[in-house]
Amino acid sequence: MPLTFDAFKEGDALPELKKQPGVTQLVKYAAGGGDFNPLHHDYAFPQSKALGSIIVHGRFKYAALGELVSNWLDHGGRIRKLSCQYRGMDLPDQEMTLGGVVKRKWQEGGEKLAELELWVKNAKGKNTTPGSAVVVLRG
Amino acid sequence: MAEKIEITPEMQAVVGVESPPWPHEVTTTSVRAFARGVGYTDPVYFDEAEAKKRGYRSLPAPPTYMGTPVFIPGKSNDTFSGPLQTGPRLKHGLKNVLDGGAETEYFDDICAGDTIQMTVKVSDLAVRQSKTTGAMLIVTQEYTYTNQHGKVVAKQRSQGLFY
Repeated sequence: MPLTFDAFKEGDALPELKKQPGVTQLVKYAAGGGDFNPLHHDYAFPQSKALGSIIVHGRFKYAALGELVSNWLDHGGRIRKLSCQYRGMDLPDQEMTLGGVVKRKWQEGGEKLAELELWVKNAKGKNTTPGSAVVVLRG
Repeated sequence: MAEKIEITPEMQAVVGVESPPWPHEVTTTSVRAFARGVGYTDPVYFDEAEAKKRGYRSLPAPPTYMGTPVFIPGKSNDTFSGPLQTGPRLKHGLKNVLDGGAETEYFDDICAGDTIQMTVKVSDLAVRQSKTTGAMLIVTQEYTYTNQHGKVVAKQRSQGLFY
């Protein structure tokens, strides 16, 4: 069901999204997104060796935050703004929990808007990728 | 580890200089490839009939997907797929880079069938001290995406951290 402006309130949580990308998933992301930095698929690459592992693309996490918001909206609205900062590296095969909360909802210039706070938490519960979004609801 | 980074007048002169445009294609195949890479299960990003049922012209671009830069050997970056020539080079001599983050602002929808011209400029330079890496040069780049109708559909700002 497409989300409507009346169906949520400030403080509501977005349904969580779990991700546990292995190297095959990261290869699919590299192909779809165009980032073939070996740091994301080649364990023999010097920077991977220095870090002890390949790491998940920051952009994979950014896109996954987009998926979290897209799933919540269910095409009842559109994303106006989406941002995140990479504060910590995430490793493949580790579970990440993506979540968010409605910080504010308001109407302005005939538009129905909501501001979201977003995060990606690693298996230890650390927020590696804080983010935010502004969405515009259709109805 | 650099103790101090100076933003020279030569570096400052690069700020605000817009690159020539480079085409990005949005196709049903490229949207599916991106959606599959992220792990979407929502059929709207895979099945055109579903997308049209939900009011889209064709498969919509998933959030953060700005189309696939047209790849031309010798003109494109073999690792990151974007154009090699993106305006004047910023000369700073720093070897290591980390992705700091990104912000995308959308002004209209992007769907399969669109061709988008991307231009990019360095919009800001700053220096920050980090406990782990010493001095860091923070380069903010602003990308502008204009569709085949001449409409700016999105802007994206991203930060590269050089040290």
